[in-house]
Amino acid sequence: MLDNRAETPRVHRLVLDVPGWSGHLPGQHVDVRLTGEDGYSAERSYSLASPPEEPALHLLVERLDDGEVSPYLTGEVRRDDEFELRGPIGGWFVWSVSADRTDREAARRPVQLVAGGAGVSPFVAMLDHHRRLDSPTRMQLLYSVRTEEEVLGRDVLGPETTLTLTRQAPAGWRGETGRIDAAMLRRRTIAPAERPRTYVCGPTVFAEAVASTLVGIGHDPSTIRIERFGSSGESS
Amino acid sequence: MSVLSRGFGRGRSRPADDRLPPGQYDAGDAFPVLSAGPTPHTPLARWDLAVDDGTGTRARWTWEEFRALPHEALTVDLHCVTKWSKFGTRWEGVAVDRLLQDVPDPAPYVLATSDGGYTTNLPLADLTGGRAWVVDTYAGEPLAPEHGGPARLLVPHLYLWKSAKWLRRLTLRASDEPGFWETFGYHLYGDPWREQRYSGD
Amino acid sequence: MTDTTDAVSARRLDGNAAGGPLAALFAVDVTAARSRCAACGTTAALGEHLLYADAPAMVLRCPSCTEVVLRVGTREGYVLLDLRGATLLTVPVPVVADDGA
Repeated sequence: MLDNRAETPRVHRLVLDVPGWSGHLPGQHVDVRLTGEDGYSAERSYSLASPPEEPALHLLVERLDDGEVSPYLTGEVRRDDEFELRGPIGGWFVWSVSADRTDREAARRPVQLVAGGAGVSPFVAMLDHHRRLDSPTRMQLLYSVRTEEEVLGRDVLGPETTLTLTRQAPAGWRGETGRIDAAMLRRRTIAPAERPRTYVCGPTVFAEAVASTLVGIGHDPSTIRIERFGSSGESS
Repeated sequence: MSVLSRGFGRGRSRPADDRLPPGQYDAGDAFPVLSAGPTPHTPLARWDLAVDDGTGTRARWTWEEFRALPHEALTVDLHCVTKWSKFGTRWEGVAVDRLLQDVPDPAPYVLATSDGGYTTNLPLADLTGGRAWVVDTYAGEPLAPEHGGPARLLVPHLYLWKSAKWLRRLTLRASDEPGFWETFGYHLYGDPWREQRYSGD
Repeated sequence: MTDTTDAVSARRLDGNAAGGPLAALFAVDVTAARSRCAACGTTAALGEHLLYADAPAMVLRCPSCTEVVLRVGTREGYVLLDLRGATLLTVPVPVVADDGA
């Protein structure tokens, strides 16, 4: 662990130095395993929020108050602490410049990202990778977040990103507010006619609602990839 | 070799309690929901409970008929194979003895089958003699779907995966046929006090 | 209460999250592998299957009919894999770079 700092009131950015890391693709995740002195162990998956070009691995960990892993990772782990990590994992929910070079047909289609809350993590990695390698692929992000102060990955998000604030907007806010619905998707995401490759990541209920609304406004289900995350096992 | 995380797992080991089987911890007020699939929501009008003697249905109750059967109240400790235990849970339900009373010469094993396709196997002897119930009430309230409602099996002296949620059928069998978790390496019997988690334990 | 909002379906994940345990068994990542469901015949990437991860083992279900396709679990010293509901698993083999990199 190189650094553990608060990114927002509820999310910490963990910066990890992993000896022998084999490299990863934007969108992949790692499994973090914690083992207590009493032998009790627990494992959770976290998307990598850093692009392959960045030597350290960045995780954005949301503190779930009734959880057992996230309060430890955000509250107890300090610089120079070690823990077990397995990865990189996943070949489905990924996007990379090299894959677009290999699959030219897919590469002609733009990429639409839709995030809810901490679900923006893999997209921060994708956007950062896209920018650093100056990819010609058109990429947009629609990012649903409760308040402006909870926005993650500010240093990476740019003009390709549309924010919608679902709980509270600052005075003079001119962007979107409220939950993502069909009208907002029509207004703020790439139209079905362009056959975008769409990635949706967020809590299960969010991800499933967005995916079914996307299908409802005319997207082919086979063009939508979903990464549900959230409170699995954390609610007990 | 595991990397140990200083301070992690605190609060899980509580003082030894003679109600706690080996390897278990006290979940306190929490009632974890562990699920291997979507929660079934069978309308009560379509719900029934059947007893099959291996040749066909020998008894069947609609929801109203089941509710009219004599119910017992019980307070028991639960032990889940994922290591949490929960003390003093209050249930109401029908003793399995009552459900099997009209089956002559029942076969020695039972396969419990649920909505959603879940199954688990038990010896008949563990379902009779006042040791198992089909419960429809938890803590004074109708049993919630996430905890197995409208009705689930409750066999508190075995690990909780034996207490099939969303129960619909008890089938008597001449042989012990492994159920959903038993075919995945979990113990055929599952006694928490002998820590029979996996086959071979 | 509908199945789209209850506590269990709110914790449903997708096959991506099973990639870790499966990586202990397969030489290549299988979340992009396509699996044909033995119950209904639907073919889908394992990454788009429905994952129930908080049971005693991970249970991967068909995104179309929700039948069990695969179960994977670990216990001390072992990984267990049950492919009962997959009639055919088509695994993409990574392209090996010819520059020796």
